[in-house]
Amino acid sequence: MRPFEYARPQTVDEVVALLDEHGPEAHVLAGGTDLLIGLRHGTIRPRIVVDVKRVAEIRPEIRENEGVLRISATAVLTDVIGDERVQSDFPALVEAAATVGSVAIRNRATLAGNICNASPAADTAPALLVYGAEIDLMSLSGTRRVLLDDFFVGPGETEIQPGEIVTAISLPIPARPVGVAFGRMTRRRGVDLATINLCCLVDSDGVTIFAYGAVGPRPFLVRDETGVLADRGAEERERDAVLREMAGHASPISDVRASAEYRQAMLGVLSRRALGKATDRLAAA
Amino acid sequence: MKFAHASSLTFTVNGTVHSLDVATHHNLLDVLRDVLELTGTKECCVEGECGACTVLVDGRSVNSCLMLAVEADGREITTVEGLASEGRLSPLQEAFLDEGAVQCGFCIPGQLMSAQELLAKNPHPTVDEVRDGLVGNLCRCAGYQQITAAVLAVAEAADR
Repeated sequence: MRPFEYARPQTVDEVVALLDEHGPEAHVLAGGTDLLIGLRHGTIRPRIVVDVKRVAEIRPEIRENEGVLRISATAVLTDVIGDERVQSDFPALVEAAATVGSVAIRNRATLAGNICNASPAADTAPALLVYGAEIDLMSLSGTRRVLLDDFFVGPGETEIQPGEIVTAISLPIPARPVGVAFGRMTRRRGVDLATINLCCLVDSDGVTIFAYGAVGPRPFLVRDETGVLADRGAEERERDAVLREMAGHASPISDVRASAEYRQAMLGVLSRRALGKATDRLAAA
Repeated sequence: MKFAHASSLTFTVNGTVHSLDVATHHNLLDVLRDVLELTGTKECCVEGECGACTVLVDGRSVNSCLMLAVEADGREITTVEGLASEGRLSPLQEAFLDEGAVQCGFCIPGQLMSAQELLAKNPHPTVDEVRDGLVGNLCRCAGYQQITAAVLAVAEAADR
């Protein structure tokens, strides 16, 4: 690993001052499970690493306030999975987070880090997208909130500007009943990146939303407002036609995990399964 | 503010407090093995894929290759050397030997640390829970059946 300076600020004011001073030569460290690999391979070469784990204002915390669940930037996946409010209001996020890496990875890796790393295959991204997650950002010039759908730009690329830090992920608690299910395909059970992943949300108004991962340069949303998918009495042929149309927005590539054709075919299979599970859950809600 | 490429680190390892100066770009694994000479923790993939470097940090399993040594400041670390006490192996270590779970032995320190955390959180795991708990620990001798049996055996023995 190439040498770098290390700072461990105690307040967000110190963090944004450091990020402002060093610009693109600074890199934020939260869980480090992606960063340390980048540092070792030399793909990330910061002059200074800013460790934010001991910053008072963003200490690990999951808190509900006025219908929004706020997950702080240093909250690790193990804590997200174990949180009762996440389990009751965002069960598909728990399903997704529980598939990331291994126990030891989830004990370090943060939810915010999984989003900031912006892998097209990030397992928590589809769930956060269908739940309408928003990203809280802070810099010397103030704070702003960006919808996750507007946050992803491309592989490894996000809306974060130089000098900015993600302070939290905010999840609006669904006001109406919804059924949500996560789906994922990998080559082996643990410690593998997703070949494809997705999340399906069906609401009581008949709107169905899918978020697809690993089938394009970034995780993305598609919507069906015809009500066909949400209608449990609809003809299978009709539903499949809508699902095919939605999956047509995917642009998968061929790589070591699967061919583009296989990904496209499995997107249909996983979509059908997740839709079935999501509609069952809505019916039971 | 000025920051250096070295930093002071005070942490507890297997019950002993250490104060060291470490390079900021050295990971916890390097410091445990090369500075404290605790070579039970193994280096292998250095990407968080194999689990050979697993240690406990404040009771939670961590890939020590993916953690900077300076991040351990103020933390309590347990390595495989901390499992035995007064010259006696822990029940978990005994179970690994009894079940024939140790072949070449390279992955075993990591397997033990992951199993240690699993049993602390869930003293009565099912087979699937053991497999999920140890999913981040690869064994190239493929002794998974015996490793799983050892974890289940020590969980059962704790009942008696």
